Amino acid sequence: MRVNFVLSEVATGLRRNLTMTVAMILTTAISLGLMGTGLLIAGMISDMKEIYYDKVQVSIFLADGVTDEQRSAIETQLKDSPEVKSYLYESKDEAYQRFQQQFSQQPELVQNTPPDALPESFRVELVNPERYEVIKAEFPAGANGVDQVRDEGDFLDRLFSLLNGARNATIAVAVIQALAALLLISNTIQLAAFNRRNETNIMRLVGASRWYTQLPFILEAAVAGLIGALLAVGGLILTKVLFVDRTLAGPIKAGIIPPVDWSAIVFISPIIAAAGVGLAGVAAYVTLRLYVRL
Amino acid sequence: MANGALSWLGQVPWRLVIELQHVTKLYPASGRPALDDVSTEIDKGEFVFLIGSSGSGKSTFLRLLLKEDTPTSGTIVVNGKTLNTMSKWQVPKLRRTMGCVFQDFRLLRDRTVAQNVAFALEVINKPQRTIKRVVPEVLEMVGLEGKAQRLPGELSGGEQQRVAIARAFVNRPLVLLADEPTGNLDPETSEGIMLLLERINRTGTTVIMATHDYHIVDSMRRRVIELNGGVLTRDQSRGVYGVGR
Repeated sequence: MRVNFVLSEVATGLRRNLTMTVAMILTTAISLGLMGTGLLIAGMISDMKEIYYDKVQVSIFLADGVTDEQRSAIETQLKDSPEVKSYLYESKDEAYQRFQQQFSQQPELVQNTPPDALPESFRVELVNPERYEVIKAEFPAGANGVDQVRDEGDFLDRLFSLLNGARNATIAVAVIQALAALLLISNTIQLAAFNRRNETNIMRLVGASRWYTQLPFILEAAVAGLIGALLAVGGLILTKVLFVDRTLAGPIKAGIIPPVDWSAIVFISPIIAAAGVGLAGVAAYVTLRLYVRL
Repeated sequence: MANGALSWLGQVPWRLVIELQHVTKLYPASGRPALDDVSTEIDKGEFVFLIGSSGSGKSTFLRLLLKEDTPTSGTIVVNGKTLNTMSKWQVPKLRRTMGCVFQDFRLLRDRTVAQNVAFALEVINKPQRTIKRVVPEVLEMVGLEGKAQRLPGELSGGEQQRVAIARAFVNRPLVLLADEPTGNLDPETSEGIMLLLERINRTGTTVIMATHDYHIVDSMRRRVIELNGGVLTRDQSRGVYGVGR
């Protein structure tokens, strides 16, 4: 195979169809960018699950006027309960410290909150997280120093179903965009083949092999797919630097949202590149087989 | 062993380059066959005119030889290879043994004369040093020395056809197929092209030329195969265009 010849054909092809090539690259880039975003969100969700689900499942908030006897009675009851795997006591001071840490980026909020505004609580981890109702029945709200019992798992479930929805929506849009990209690639290749029909007709007549005739078109699509993938990776890096690391700096620092690590982007980039090159190449090959006589 | 020897004989044509046995070609859209039970043989080194009015099946004849199309029935053998049973990936190999020239030249207009000729070798993977050597040779042979760097648009019709012939011949094919090569040229220019085709024929290349031009056919006195509505109506050595013309 004469590499120079094939490469110069590829370059000519991409140049001749400049507008279509640009459209093809941009759609591919958007599709791959969304795919990457979806993968990052998915990674983030599993990180967040580790952060949250492991910590707390049920919080028992104590009333302001709770007595020492009531508190130790609750603790004894927790210690003896077969449903409870472990528990942690958090005093008003500790709650306030954690609050300060979580909202360190919003000093006004911290200033306007008196240290004793936050209730003391028991943070309880259950043997079986589904058995929240049993704990709730054991500690009726408003009695024996208990203010309220909250199923953090329920809140987390809703939070995560929201995040999962966001991930799924992103991936769905990525798939639709990928479909558009594939159709555009197919059209571009058909157009390229039409533009170069004189060359390909002559190649056919003088006995060039099918590969020799088709390879420039397939490489053309693959190069566009690769450029699209590079743009998509660039987009992800920009999103990390300009949006995630800046706008979400507070919650990330407070440990509410896990950071987007460079390692995640490094891990995802080759997947995106392979998807871009692979899909474009396959789309081109199928187009040539189905629609173009070479 | 006997089989092996026979197939060896089949692979190496000694005399016949082209053989058609009862070849019929039907196109679905038309009721009448484009070729109707055509049988003929063409020897190595022959010069054959393929004549007949438009739609008589000349182009179909040439297309079938190139395996651009497959016959509806009948057998075609080219250079010892039966085209009917030839697989798709073998077709390029077949075409490397055949050169093609057309009425409309089919040159790449954005490439120079030399590049047009070199293209035919580049795409079949010939080494660059071979290309550098044979392209000037063939351009000299067709009488285009000194015009290697011209673009086709800067050449006359006759010169463009010479480029096309150079491209068809540069790989030294066994057979040269010419479909109305003088159709767009004036008589004087046509004569030059015919001299060139004759010269190529003298190198041992079989030339099959489809044409309407009875002046040329009559003056050359070569073998004439006439098709009429897809039927082979005449096969005459040292023929003229029209009987009694």
